[in-house]
Amino acid sequence: MKPLLKTSGLGIQFGGLKAVDEFNFEIGEGQLFGLIGPNGAGKTTIFNLLTGVYKPTSGKILLDGVSLNKKSPTQITQMGIARTFQNIRLFKEMSVIDNVKVGLHHSHEYSLLSSILHLPSYFKGEEKMDQKARELLSVFGLEEFADVKASNLPYGKQRQLEIARALATSPKLLLLDEPAAGMNPTETAELMETIALIRKKFDISILLIEHDMKLVMGICEKICVLNFGTVLAFGSPDEIRNNPEVVAAYLGSEE
Amino acid sequence: MDFINQIINGLSTGSMYALVAIGYTMVYGIGKMINFAHGEIIMASSYFALVGISSLGLPPVAAIALSVVLTAALGVITEKVAYKPLRGKGSLEVLITAIGVSYLLQNVFYLIFTSSGKTFPDIMPQGSFHLGGLHITYITLITLIISGVCTGVLLFFIHKTKMGKAMRAVSEDAGAAQLMGINVSSTISLAFAIGSGLGAVAGVIYGAKFSLINPYIGAMLGIKAFIAAVLGGIGSIPGAMVGGLMIGVAESLTISYISSDFSDAIVFGILILILLIKPAGLFGKNVREKV
Repeated sequence: MKPLLKTSGLGIQFGGLKAVDEFNFEIGEGQLFGLIGPNGAGKTTIFNLLTGVYKPTSGKILLDGVSLNKKSPTQITQMGIARTFQNIRLFKEMSVIDNVKVGLHHSHEYSLLSSILHLPSYFKGEEKMDQKARELLSVFGLEEFADVKASNLPYGKQRQLEIARALATSPKLLLLDEPAAGMNPTETAELMETIALIRKKFDISILLIEHDMKLVMGICEKICVLNFGTVLAFGSPDEIRNNPEVVAAYLGSEE
Repeated sequence: MDFINQIINGLSTGSMYALVAIGYTMVYGIGKMINFAHGEIIMASSYFALVGISSLGLPPVAAIALSVVLTAALGVITEKVAYKPLRGKGSLEVLITAIGVSYLLQNVFYLIFTSSGKTFPDIMPQGSFHLGGLHITYITLITLIISGVCTGVLLFFIHKTKMGKAMRAVSEDAGAAQLMGINVSSTISLAFAIGSGLGAVAGVIYGAKFSLINPYIGAMLGIKAFIAAVLGGIGSIPGAMVGGLMIGVAESLTISYISSDFSDAIVFGILILILLIKPAGLFGKNVREKV
């Protein structure tokens, strides 16, 4: 499998605290990868490093062989990494469909001048965006809510809208930060199906942070366990489940 | 009837304030800063139009277009040179810089044009007409129409185009917006360009209305528009419009029924009242501190 994203020796230090240290991993095209670990292990920090929100203090991040170390979050998104947030960060005042259109922004070009002058290319551009946005919404069954204000959606739907918005940026790699947080078991089951579906439909790799072990073990092919900013274990769900170190550090407390 | 007439005059002046206030509010909403040099940028726009008409001999419409373009460019340059290097720094640094920029512009125009007032050419039809018992000057009417059209185009732009959506997204959550592939820097520049461009329209209207411009006209115009923006709830575009109209009407009624000496006092009194009673303004949201 060709590696899509590769990190080597990745680390970041805040003052004296090494939040992430020597983080090496590789995610192949089309892979569904789980990132787990106790609270404060550095999972979200890794997402922030991968998306350029934090700049690494050591190591390298390569996407398709291109270094992301010096790129801005905007550039990284345009290069193909999209994410959702642990605490939902939708544009709450905007309608559901407009949220998705913001994601479509960089891939749909039409000039500023034509939009001001109302030229046909403006209508064509907007129409295309509208179509694409509705297609994405329909994947999540959100079509009927297209014109609803994002903050008025029920919680589970807001989480799905965040995924739709991230997909709108046409990513190669989708980072999901605790997508099942706050969901009930039915919603979580639905979410598992959705994740499996988008992976097939959009042909992308997914990196998932999640506390819900059933979800992680159920759908991820490979799992990386993080503890105190370093990799504790790495392997298939079965390997992880039977790894005594992991059980001691993390799963043990759950059983 | 006189009362209605004063209301109309007030709305007309107010719509000019509204155009300026929109500049403050857009820059605040998107760049999270108050551009206290905005008034001076508008002063500059009056001079641009003046030079276009008097020195270059352009027809008024071309001179106005030139002024809008140059003023938008001036706004963007100010942002790039003065404010962008301070991004991420405290608001006090930005505030002091803005005051510095405002004095710089005032003095540059003072050096070029001297402090004596320059007569602004009559670019709008003079005179007035009667409608029922109302007595309305053409300038009043044209001001209202131009401002209305400008705000209409702006609202269309903000709500119906992808750049407008990008602006709204950045204003709500710049961090999330850049992770959706939006270039926050160019969006901020665009806000400065649009705010200054609209201000240029107001600057030309100001020149046509008062016929005399000097390098200091931006100060009072800017601060009144700022009050309008605060009254409406800074960051809110409809708020800036309503705020501008309200300030204009308050001013006009004070001038005709109390005394023209009091008009500024009333406007500043309004600012103090809002800050005491509803600091978030009419359309403003309660700002919750992020934990």
